[in-house]
Amino acid sequence: MSPKKIEMVFLSLSAAMLLVFLMALFYSAYGMGMHLPGREDDVVPGEVRATPPFDDPGLHEVGPNQYEAVFLGMAWAFQPREITVPAGAEVTFIATATDVIHGFHVEGTRVNFMLIPGQVGRQTYTFNEPGEHLIICHEYCGAGHHLMYARVIVE
Amino acid sequence: MNTPVVASPEGFDLSDGHRRVIRWMIYLGFGALAIGILNGLGQALNYADVDILQYFPGMRDYYQGLTVHGVVNAIVFTFAFTNGFLALCTSRALARPLNLPALWVVFGLMVSGFLLAAYAIGTGQATVLYTFYAPLQAHWAYYLGLALLVVSTWVTGGVLFAALRGWRKENPGKRIPLMAYISVATYAMWILASLGIAISVVGILLPWSLGMTEQTDPLLTRTLFWFSGHPIVYFWLLPAYVSWYVMVPKHAGGKLFSDPLTRAVFILFLLLSIPTGFHHQYTDPGISGGMKALHATLTFGVFFPSLITAFSVMYALEIGGRRRGGTGLIGWFAKLDWKNPALVAQLLAMLSFTLGGATGLINASYNLNQAIHNTAWVPGHFHMTVGSAVTMSFMGIAYWLIPYLTKRQLVGRGMAVLQSWIYFVGVLVMARGLISGGLDGMPRRTLIMEAPYSKDGWELAGLLTGLGGTLMFIGGALFFAVLVGTVLFGKKVDQPEDVPFTVTHEPPAESGWELSLDRFRYWFIAAVVLILIAYGPFMVEYLPGSFTSPPYRFF
Repeated sequence: MSPKKIEMVFLSLSAAMLLVFLMALFYSAYGMGMHLPGREDDVVPGEVRATPPFDDPGLHEVGPNQYEAVFLGMAWAFQPREITVPAGAEVTFIATATDVIHGFHVEGTRVNFMLIPGQVGRQTYTFNEPGEHLIICHEYCGAGHHLMYARVIVE
Repeated sequence: MNTPVVASPEGFDLSDGHRRVIRWMIYLGFGALAIGILNGLGQALNYADVDILQYFPGMRDYYQGLTVHGVVNAIVFTFAFTNGFLALCTSRALARPLNLPALWVVFGLMVSGFLLAAYAIGTGQATVLYTFYAPLQAHWAYYLGLALLVVSTWVTGGVLFAALRGWRKENPGKRIPLMAYISVATYAMWILASLGIAISVVGILLPWSLGMTEQTDPLLTRTLFWFSGHPIVYFWLLPAYVSWYVMVPKHAGGKLFSDPLTRAVFILFLLLSIPTGFHHQYTDPGISGGMKALHATLTFGVFFPSLITAFSVMYALEIGGRRRGGTGLIGWFAKLDWKNPALVAQLLAMLSFTLGGATGLINASYNLNQAIHNTAWVPGHFHMTVGSAVTMSFMGIAYWLIPYLTKRQLVGRGMAVLQSWIYFVGVLVMARGLISGGLDGMPRRTLIMEAPYSKDGWELAGLLTGLGGTLMFIGGALFFAVLVGTVLFGKKVDQPEDVPFTVTHEPPAESGWELSLDRFRYWFIAAVVLILIAYGPFMVEYLPGSFTSPPYRFF
């Protein structure tokens, strides 16, 4: 094969690879429902503690084995520090930050989003296996950043 | 065909004035890298539970060191090296002198920017990392310093554009020499890309840090940061690509595959580097999933020119390897000149970049990103791109550039080759640690040593990170030994070797559609249109923004 021909084969295969990857991703998002956080509500950071649902952080049962877990991130703790849910629970995490940007990663799950002052993050996950997951603040938020974590206990 | 990539391939004598100013830019860049690598050792050892940062004079905490590490490596080192290197490439390619006073202005801007940022960070008033997410608020000197560093790239871009315009006037109808074309295209991309960070820093954060405004918008400033923050990785990378396209083939004894394909690659970077920033914000609430999907698609698009680059580079290397007696499917690779430090550093840079690129594609993969976002995986990834592919390429370039600029012979060729291998093995070991730790949920940008939480797998990950980082430090230290040795003790030569540049197999066309590649103006407009499509809907919906966050100084 001439170099020109090898080039065309290589570039066609490269483009095909990228297209296949992209289609798989969009199938997982739009076909299987694994969505990224999107545009939700705005909230004024200074008034967040008076704004529902953040006036009552914690775990709230909203249906049969369905929960909303409302979290606030602040320097350098989450509120609440721990929630306990039964195995099989479908939990919608609703969270924001009161001061600076924080991170919210329920490790071992795909619940992973930023807590940006003024923006409300929301993500749903079903905990099938009993166990314990750390919630880690994974964005630098000041001198005590590494002290900031919480837990999800699945019973 | 053997078509040169420069005008006057027979020779061009760069004036001593040019050599001096470019030399000082390169020294500034590598000086910054030396500070960055020293801090990097402290960061890597943090993961292995070893605290050396307490012995760093004036260092208040880990995050201050991490801010230094990011700013000097990702901004000062890359900007200073690129301003000098691509100025040289353009001047040599056009065989024309540049605007010398303007280049000294560039140097002055970089030094002042560096000193302002160093003052703010050094006194503990800007521990905001190099991403400076508001509403963490740094001292104004930090923002002003960064702004001056960005302006230094604009002035350099202006110098290069002016040189090109002058050359075109004197050479009407001629194709732009390839080496100048790709250098100027790099600056065209970056100048457009840097507008986001400029608007954020000068328009919002600087007045806010001076107390002229009280509140800021964290999502808007973050979005403006990533508008520039993704294309900045191509501003780091493209100077290395310039070398891989037009210089590495010369070192390897091969030649460049195609002139038009190379131009097309740089145009694709101009078009696609910028409308991709939301892939750093996949996990940000406040930006719709549809816009993120669009940016994901365009990010996969900007991966394509890198795959073309892989083809071109392999073509050039294989020709070189076979000319040196290499046979078989991959046997030619072993036959390359593994004793030439300039080549070895860049070959290893390319190898590390294959893993860096693959992990980057995973980062870009829309919802898959949630598995690794802001975990240690991410620094694992980017130490295989900017931390080695770019850094090792710049080191490799230095092995001919420093002798060229100082008119001295390289001292310690053997040590230079060894240095690359140690750094390369180090980065792979460190990345293996960070990547596995990240997959086990270990966060990035975190003083892991003192965190009250931990997970299975973090200990091994941390040990590998510390070990790899130590090797990188040793490799880096040997590089500086070679560099300083050459500058101080290298044997003086009257006429140093010319800039190494290759010839092309497929020449530039003199007529037809390819000529449109040289019309930067139209490609620039097309890039602006793509940006409007990619960012317009978000901005229309979101602006005027919600300026509701007061400043915090939690450091």
